[in-house]
Amino acid sequence: MAESQSNPTVDRRTFVVDGLRVVGAIGLAGFGGFLAGRRGASGEMVWQIDPSKCIACGNCATHCVLDESAVKCVHSFPMCGYCELCTGYFEPNPIALNTGAENQLCPTGAIQRQLIEEPYHEYTIEESLCIGCGKCVKGCSAFGNGSLYLQVRHDRCKNCNECQIAVACPSAAFVRVPASQPYLLKHKRVNG
Amino acid sequence: MLPSLRIPSPRSLLRLFCASRVRTAATNTLVADSGSARTVAHHRFASAARGCVKRKPQTRALFGKWSGIVALGCLFVLIAMPGRAWAIERFPPPDFTDHQLPETTTPSPDWLGWEYLDLGFLFVALVLATYLALVRRSRRGLFMLTVVSLAWLGFWRNGCICPIGAIQNVTLAAAEPAYVIPFSVVAIFVLPLLFALFFGRTFCAAVCPLGAVQELVAIRPMKIPAWIDQSLGLLPYVYLGGAVMYAATGTTFIICNYDPFVGFFRLSASASMLIFGACFLVMGLFVGRPYCRYLCPYGALLGLCSKISKRHVRIPPGECIQCRLCEDVCPYGAIQGPTAVPTARERVQGRRRLAFVLLMFPIFIAAGAWIGHAMGVPFSRLHPRAALAERIRLEETGQVEGTIDASDAFRNTGQPARELYAEAKALHERFATAGAWFGGWVGLVFGAKLIQLSIHRRRTEYQPDKANCVSCGRCFWYCPVEQLRLGWIQTLPEVPSTARS
Repeated sequence: MAESQSNPTVDRRTFVVDGLRVVGAIGLAGFGGFLAGRRGASGEMVWQIDPSKCIACGNCATHCVLDESAVKCVHSFPMCGYCELCTGYFEPNPIALNTGAENQLCPTGAIQRQLIEEPYHEYTIEESLCIGCGKCVKGCSAFGNGSLYLQVRHDRCKNCNECQIAVACPSAAFVRVPASQPYLLKHKRVNG
Repeated sequence: MLPSLRIPSPRSLLRLFCASRVRTAATNTLVADSGSARTVAHHRFASAARGCVKRKPQTRALFGKWSGIVALGCLFVLIAMPGRAWAIERFPPPDFTDHQLPETTTPSPDWLGWEYLDLGFLFVALVLATYLALVRRSRRGLFMLTVVSLAWLGFWRNGCICPIGAIQNVTLAAAEPAYVIPFSVVAIFVLPLLFALFFGRTFCAAVCPLGAVQELVAIRPMKIPAWIDQSLGLLPYVYLGGAVMYAATGTTFIICNYDPFVGFFRLSASASMLIFGACFLVMGLFVGRPYCRYLCPYGALLGLCSKISKRHVRIPPGECIQCRLCEDVCPYGAIQGPTAVPTARERVQGRRRLAFVLLMFPIFIAAGAWIGHAMGVPFSRLHPRAALAERIRLEETGQVEGTIDASDAFRNTGQPARELYAEAKALHERFATAGAWFGGWVGLVFGAKLIQLSIHRRRTEYQPDKANCVSCGRCFWYCPVEQLRLGWIQTLPEVPSTARS
């Protein structure tokens, strides 16, 4: 250190470096402050599926970084027609309208069918079995009311900075939403 | 789809699909061409049969009597907006008198406090790492902190979000007004850089979980020849430029897509991610911190900041005895030895070289920018809209057979293809501009490296290269002068003259 102080060229260098450092620090802090002030939000952003864009392609089941996808099917009960022949539950040409595995569309049997009153049946998702493949969603939105749809379940989602399903999503249905309102739920439409 | 729908009447459709499960040639065509027709008819049949809706007699009459017409009407609705429908109330929901509809559950995300706790951890760990590296000079302490950081930020918090990835969030926030960036992400990006400006890369030493993994596996590191080390050392800057380009255009976060270790932190990832990570781990056994040195874009930024750091790790606390143990023990090739005094001839040569490189410097930048500008279209291929436009064009011109999910989804939106093409054209232009910046940046990096190599710097003792040193502490830990200071040895060892360079 003593040697460097006696050397005038090093001192000039030190001066330049000190100046650069101060400029760098002020620049960094200013940039950070600008971003936080202009575009910042106190809350985190999380991933969610926009059900109006989702085409239930099945990528959610296979592209999530988790072995068991964070995307699951959810059910908007007020929208459901409680059909006896549910096209989200039964495969296209069912042998019989019962809970036989051969009649079911769901590959893991994650939908439970329960008679409420003749002929209305309630379909509930057993979430621990659901793999988010969207087969039921496709069936329901094509021929039914569209009450079954896919959502990112935030008790499972790791909230990756770049969601791998979003990268693979063919219809750009993955969006960032504020963590304070982390779901894009379907609701029954008023007046049809 | 349409022609086969026009052939049978609604009644015959019903008969065809509901009466029997025997698939004749005719049904097979329909199964293949209009699965929708079959199932809708089937569904209508079921609704009609069960007397569909109890409390709405008009609807029942309509459904019962005109089920075929309703089914056909439904089909047209389907054709008009298939798959994209937010919801169509084809079957009026029943009004139950004594049945409570279940609620859709909405499990909330992780406790939001975690991000601030992570930020707190980051700050404390940075302060601690700086203290351990510069004041306590304790390699053991740094190592323990490394393990703690790996456990917390890596395995417990699953390595997301990290400052490396935050480069992209910050870029996107700067470029895209609609993007909202959390305060914590800005802080996570800025904090380690500020520390590097004053104290060197202490973040790399013991806080970064990616560095920590590699720090722990660096068992048999070998010396990398200088020319390989210097050339590969340019990659992080190129990677940084690419990541900024793709983040600023809102395309994708490439750093996150090619994160080597996040799969291990989560103990779950796609095969390609795991293989990529495993390659780095195996390489890390023999090459110290391969990701940090030859790919990490945040390491490039930290290196730039660390280069002008106020207080950086110094090896000997007293006078260097030129034993070269530090150079030997550094797994990252970051120790610079004393330089020989150049002869008069070398001095002239060096000046000429520097003048030449300085002259070439703007040419490198211009050439890079020109090449980058010409690469606009290939660069844009990573953007989903541009890729989709290309796919649609190929499908429309019959150059590829069949459709993919993305092109189906696009057609379902009903947006005309020419709008997409216009969008893609705008993207091509945007990427031509972005590519020019990127190319210019690569040229600048290349030129700056040549200038740096052409400048002769006098050094009299062994010191860490401020830009590349990650302050891991091995060098002073092994330094005899340091050991004498700590009282581990009583006298300095005699260094044989052959050991000196």
